[in-house]
Amino acid sequence: MEDRPQIGYSKRVMDHFMNPRNVGEVEDADGVGLVGNPVCGDLMQVTIRVEEDVITDIKFKTFGCGSAIATASMVTELAMGKHLDEALAITRQDVADELEGLPPVKMHCSNLAADALHEAITDYREKRKKKEAEMTA
Amino acid sequence: MVYLDHASAVPVDPRVLAFARHYLEEEFGNPSSLYDRGLSARRAVEAAREQVAALVNAGSPRSIVFTGSATESNNLGIRGTALRNRKKGKKILVSAVEHISVMNPAKDLQKQGFELDFIPVDRYGTVDLANLEAELTPETVLVSVNYANDEIGTVEPVREVSRLVHEHGAYLHVNATAAAGRVPIDVQGDGIDLLTLSGNDLGGPRGAAALYVGPGVKVQSVMPGGGQERGLRSGTENVFAIAGMGEAARLAAEEMEEEMAREQAIRDRLVRAVLEIEEAALTGHPTDRLPHHASFRFSRIEGESILLNLDTFFGIQVATGSACSSRTLEPSHVLLAIGLTHEQAHGSVVMTLGRSNTVADVRVVVDAMQETVGRLRGISPL
Repeated sequence: MEDRPQIGYSKRVMDHFMNPRNVGEVEDADGVGLVGNPVCGDLMQVTIRVEEDVITDIKFKTFGCGSAIATASMVTELAMGKHLDEALAITRQDVADELEGLPPVKMHCSNLAADALHEAITDYREKRKKKEAEMTA
Repeated sequence: MVYLDHASAVPVDPRVLAFARHYLEEEFGNPSSLYDRGLSARRAVEAAREQVAALVNAGSPRSIVFTGSATESNNLGIRGTALRNRKKGKKILVSAVEHISVMNPAKDLQKQGFELDFIPVDRYGTVDLANLEAELTPETVLVSVNYANDEIGTVEPVREVSRLVHEHGAYLHVNATAAAGRVPIDVQGDGIDLLTLSGNDLGGPRGAAALYVGPGVKVQSVMPGGGQERGLRSGTENVFAIAGMGEAARLAAEEMEEEMAREQAIRDRLVRAVLEIEEAALTGHPTDRLPHHASFRFSRIEGESILLNLDTFFGIQVATGSACSSRTLEPSHVLLAIGLTHEQAHGSVVMTLGRSNTVADVRVVVDAMQETVGRLRGISPL
């Protein structure tokens, strides 16, 4: 099984492509992550709601191929309900593993979902820092 | 199921299979053998040669060299001709929209010391004749321009290209893989020196293709061996596939006019209806295009996900020139050559019709396309 080359997308990739979870945008999101570039063919947006350092809502929007949509959908599932530190620990490899693998050529280009999640968390933390600084000032 | 990817693979015509399987099962001899079973295989190959020659008005069947694939024909036509004539000059010209099996042998020659230039095309994919004329020098040995493009359907002005090429004493190679059996080809009237044809694109089995080599055109073998096919393509002939290609060529010559009128009527309806979808545009030439060919681009969404969506939800198979579906992750050079940005090239969809398609498919495909575009744009952040 391990030695067999992967042909096409796994069942889980197709499931997330066909029934993507958490599509859309969190209204008045606490953090927004936007990574990729439409020129390269992949653009991913992750928006999160955070309550007491826990992700209580997360949504994605993706311009890209089948695996780009599936990885974004998967990362929202993995991060939902997680503490921010736990969510930051989710890697591209975790996303690919949860999807039962991605074709090798797709591993770097269409696997930006973890990056978008991390950026959304960073965005949230920066915004909070700014707010706290404003409050103390 | 609606299959709309005949540019990638054509189902073998049942009549062709019925005709050719005889050469797998009974007349399986080697055409080089002198006993009856060999001679009957030889007769089948020669009969196929006549049919293929007739399809493109080759004059003599001797001009047809059978190979194993269009890629091989392109290699023989380009490398074999450039190398054989390198004393005359070392410059080759190919259009910017050539198939990868033309591009790569040309680039290979460049590595071996040939000068290679690409002839640009306009926004429809038509070769720039003024640029071609300017690039032609006494050192130019070979020019390669496709008869019609498999990704955007545009039919090239082959006769004008030929006139310019011959005025400068060069040879013209034409890849007609996408065009043969869809538009009438007349190698003598068009002034073509070398022409690539594929058996499968005519409805024959895979494994046979041909290179027309005009009278007096000097070509050398690129694969030395037993000297079959006038020494230009060694290897025991694939009699089954060659016989099938011959029968497919015969049927194409006989039925092309009627069948292409039928497919074009469906194609025209399809194009009109698809273009009603928001932010959809035709790629390639609006009128000078293959009759069975429709190609589009859709903004804000990506071609591979369109392809997957159409296949999994609707059972419709199409092609795309999107980077994400290619091995190199580069967008199609054809779409970039017609001036599309990378972003625009990502949203490409190619639909190529065949015998199985009917006018009823139009509504099915357009409804599926509408839903697909709507769903994917709903997911897209753009």
